[in-house]
Amino acid sequence: MSMDRRQFLKYSGIASILGFGASVASATNLITGKQLLPPQVDMNKEALRAKRWAMVVDMSKFRTDEDFQRTISACHTIHNVPDFRKPDGSVDKKFEIKWIWKAAYERSFPGQENPYMSEHVKDMPFMVLCNHCTNPPCVRVCPTKATYKLADGITMQDMHRCIGCRFCMAACPYGARSFNWVDPRRASNLDPAKGGKVNNEYPTRTKGVVEKCTFCTERLAVGKMPACVEAAPKGALLFGDLEDPNSEVRKIVSNKLTIRRKPDLGTGPAVYYLIGGGEHA
Amino acid sequence: MKIYNGGPIFIGIVVFLAVALFPFYSNVGKVNAKPEPKTDTPAILEYEKLNGKKECVESKEWMRGEHMQLLNQWRDSVVRDDNRGYVSTANHKRFNMSLQNGCMQCHSNKKKFCDECHNYLSVKPYCWDCHIQPVEKEEGKS
Repeated sequence: MSMDRRQFLKYSGIASILGFGASVASATNLITGKQLLPPQVDMNKEALRAKRWAMVVDMSKFRTDEDFQRTISACHTIHNVPDFRKPDGSVDKKFEIKWIWKAAYERSFPGQENPYMSEHVKDMPFMVLCNHCTNPPCVRVCPTKATYKLADGITMQDMHRCIGCRFCMAACPYGARSFNWVDPRRASNLDPAKGGKVNNEYPTRTKGVVEKCTFCTERLAVGKMPACVEAAPKGALLFGDLEDPNSEVRKIVSNKLTIRRKPDLGTGPAVYYLIGGGEHA
Repeated sequence: MKIYNGGPIFIGIVVFLAVALFPFYSNVGKVNAKPEPKTDTPAILEYEKLNGKKECVESKEWMRGEHMQLLNQWRDSVVRDDNRGYVSTANHKRFNMSLQNGCMQCHSNKKKFCDECHNYLSVKPYCWDCHIQPVEKEEGKS
């Protein structure tokens, strides 16, 4: 069969129209077809909901090192956070993963220290965690949208999408993110062979992803307060809706002088610190 | 008809076919054991006793074909939209969209339920790199 130029162009035109039509048809079938229905969503009735989750840390309520340790270990146990130790038993800083931890004043609030401030504040460790910023730099830099904002203000991350580039760690001014250099299940607190135990209700992470505090979205969804809030001394960590004028956190933030970490960076942190002592709202 | 260098050519063809068809004739007569996923865990048997039938999130046939899309959809819904309840189109019950706290609560036999087919088809999903698989008593170690 011989074909002149005009015929060839005609046939290839028809063929491409048919091909395009078929691909459109199959695509619409994928979207609208009976095969996979969009999930019919039914939120848990007991779920705690808010417009803007926020936390107030009342430092006067943390009195002993035990208070800090209990808070940290409640979070880290529930979320299967690996605890890598050196042979001498000290924390292996190279592999350390932290969701909530202790930091000195000058590290938590750099630029706000002065030479005459009270020894108490200067030496007191502060409970620090992810600030769930309103304008989070980690979200802006993530190339895969593995970290993102939820509607309730929580800065969440999708471990399935994280490629481990660590841009978010470089971007976060609070050091709230940790990278899994090795398989977290090898840590002595998670590996059953080393006497460890995992929480079967929560996943671990895998080697090569970045993780951080999630404000316990999985607990809020079943009507529980974040693990740290429950474990901390009464009133030391307050958690609630900042947009709700009647919530406890809002009352404190509106009526007391609270400070936030590095607010001048414009990230809009949602963790407020009450430094002084005494009773509050 | 005369074929130049016929001898070496035919020998070459025979050798080629012998090598290329090796996977086929070496497996002739060997029946591959069909994967038979089991749904006989205590939780499922208990459910069957109470309700008179076995029921999953969707129908068995649908789940067989589409569970991977369903799981992806659940994952995106939970992680990205914070929606954790799924209403079945088959029986209109509410299910918790969760692998560890949903699926595996009934299907606690990962080896005979998941791996049975996945191994047969050489599919290697990476679920269990992070998600914790249920502890299986029979066959010793998990």
